[in-house]
Amino acid sequence: MTDLETFRAETRAWLEANCPAEVRGPMDSEEDRVWGGRNPTFKTPAHKLWMERMGAKGWTAPEWPAEYGGGGLSREEAKVLHSELRRIDAQLALSSFGIWMLGPALLQFGTEEQKKRFLPEIVRGEIRWCQGYSEPGAGSDLAGIQTRAVDEGDHWIVNGQKVWTSYADKADWIFCLVRTDPDAPKHLGISFVLFDMTTPGVTTKPITLISGKSPFCETFFDDVRVEKANLVGTLNRGWDVAKALLAHERTMIGAMGSIASGRPMGLVAADSLGVDSDARLEDPMLRARIAELEVDLAAFNLAMERVGDQVKARQVSPAIASMLKYYGSELNKRRHEILMTAGGSDTLEWESERSGHGSAARDWLRTKANSIEGGTSEIQLNIIAKHLLQLPGA
Amino acid sequence: MPLILTEEQTMLKEAADGFLSENAPVAHLRALRDSHDADGVSRDLWKAFGEMGFAGVIIPEEHGGSGLGAVEAGVMAEALGRTLTPSPFMGSGVLCASLLAEGGSTEQQGEWLPKIAAGEAILALALDEGPKHRPSAMTARAERSGNGFKLNGAKGFVLDGHIADALIVAAKTDDVTLSLFLVDPKTAGVEIERTVMVDAHNAARVTLTDVQVDADAMVGAIDQGEPLLQKALNLGRACAAAQLNGAGDQAFQITLEYLRTRKQFGKLIGEFQALQHRAAHLFSEIELSRAATLGALQRIDAGVDEKGLSASIAKSKAGRVAELAVQEAVQMHGGVGMTDEFDVGLYMKRVRVLNELFGDAGFHADRLARAQGY
Repeated sequence: MTDLETFRAETRAWLEANCPAEVRGPMDSEEDRVWGGRNPTFKTPAHKLWMERMGAKGWTAPEWPAEYGGGGLSREEAKVLHSELRRIDAQLALSSFGIWMLGPALLQFGTEEQKKRFLPEIVRGEIRWCQGYSEPGAGSDLAGIQTRAVDEGDHWIVNGQKVWTSYADKADWIFCLVRTDPDAPKHLGISFVLFDMTTPGVTTKPITLISGKSPFCETFFDDVRVEKANLVGTLNRGWDVAKALLAHERTMIGAMGSIASGRPMGLVAADSLGVDSDARLEDPMLRARIAELEVDLAAFNLAMERVGDQVKARQVSPAIASMLKYYGSELNKRRHEILMTAGGSDTLEWESERSGHGSAARDWLRTKANSIEGGTSEIQLNIIAKHLLQLPGA
Repeated sequence: MPLILTEEQTMLKEAADGFLSENAPVAHLRALRDSHDADGVSRDLWKAFGEMGFAGVIIPEEHGGSGLGAVEAGVMAEALGRTLTPSPFMGSGVLCASLLAEGGSTEQQGEWLPKIAAGEAILALALDEGPKHRPSAMTARAERSGNGFKLNGAKGFVLDGHIADALIVAAKTDDVTLSLFLVDPKTAGVEIERTVMVDAHNAARVTLTDVQVDADAMVGAIDQGEPLLQKALNLGRACAAAQLNGAGDQAFQITLEYLRTRKQFGKLIGEFQALQHRAAHLFSEIELSRAATLGALQRIDAGVDEKGLSASIAKSKAGRVAELAVQEAVQMHGGVGMTDEFDVGLYMKRVRVLNELFGDAGFHADRLARAQGY
């Protein structure tokens, strides 16, 4: 056996022994996600166990170095792990902005001390992070942020307001863009800092969305004291960190387009609409839309994989993340429009046991944010035009 | 296997792109078209393809080929799509080479494979019958007669049929199964009519009236043509997807250059956000199409695309994406895009033909739906 085949056999055996039955199969809704943190909630004790076992092996962040708690796997090994997880339909052990966004930025820009302090507890799901980027006056135009950090010697005093801070009310720490030099050109006076959400002066207020749910918050900073040791990267050069992190965020949001529910969409539709005498979905127009989307989903999954391989081989600009973000977001919106069409009036029930309290409708409405958050689709297209196509004046 | 070309495959790509842009750029197609060339294809170029090892890319080395795989065939197809070069590559080097290499008798392989690899012979597959690719609706029949078979039927869209040194004909040997026959086009009862196509590439109609062939004309075993045909078609579909990618991307590159240089209202038109966003969207679609195609070619090489679903995904995606690419190309060029003098119209015509070849985007999406059970 090759090393990779041995690794696959060992991984399969470990997963069989350690992945509880309760965490296999599709998630019923977003509520089933495990986020960890200081005050974690779990749907079942098995979900807690699954997070802890995967965290202990470092497999919640399989490609991070083992010295920071990660799995230390090669890309090929990580692919094997993912395919084995898919094979048993295992749910994600830990959802985490720490893993998806902050961690990669810390690996690239953090000090050794920061890496040793923060990364292992991210891997184990012991701390939950939120992102302080957008402000009421600076959404897509992120370089326009106004939150001020005033130098007080060994610390800063931060004042300002953030908005669209996902899960700020549940997060333990925040990674945050603050303006440390108000006189510099707008990209050059920003710094990237970390601080505890329980620091005096930090308050959060949920924003109710059209889905009736509230992952987002407004976040207020009133004379918040931030230690200078918690600066990531160079002072006033936080934009570099932010850009790298945004690339990870975009890839992550884009990847939502590739999350296929357990059952093929055509069969989900057939459950509610029925099939004709030739076993084809009863609604030929919808059948065509679904089949076309399935082709796009399959192609998108391969594009995600290919971009990963290109990045590894250094054959592609980091701006390629904008392509994945743009396409994946739009694809996910299309998918949920089709799921609503396929479910018909059943999915319109906002409050009933039968509809899982409107879970399909709420998920559908949630996807509308995909092409806004993390930079709108239009911003992604601008980035593609400028950085990948070198169009003039873009 | 990473979803990128290996170093050797990248070298092949550079060699193919370099060879074609030097020896058979779009002007080559125009010259064949405008001179009403009787063959519509350059036999010298096909020989040169043989000398370069391109023609026999999938043919085993013991039969004079390069002994490479689907990814390499796709690399060649994409290069041909980029330069719009008419070539027997798809009919001979992909389809017929695959059928003979997989199912041909020792005699058939010995006679034809080295000639295909050397670029000396042109073979054609006679498969489609109606205006759309529907292999399951085949009506051509082969009935036992004497020591062989008697073939009857009418075929269309036969690539290079008018200049074929040999035809491989698919025909039903009973109500459900089909067989494949190697037919000399000079046999009595074979009529071949060249169909000059919209893209100035080459195809023909072939009618077979009581065409008598010997038993040893059969490629593969009797009633066992289906798996051979499916295998060749899957490779053909993935290569057609690669060719669509080549044509679509080249049209896109020409358009990008235009966006960077053409001025209107005192500005470069590439500065207009309306056009930037459409170009950026198209770029994204092309990336998906490329990934789907390379994924299919790699799966064929790994022997894990037995049902041909990866090839269907690739052909369906590439068809729609290349269509968008050429439509945007003509529209963004404005009036000049409508002129025969400018190349983008040639890409539009070529993409239309490649879209129909071996099943259009809808045919392949339907295939995927059927396979998933809806």
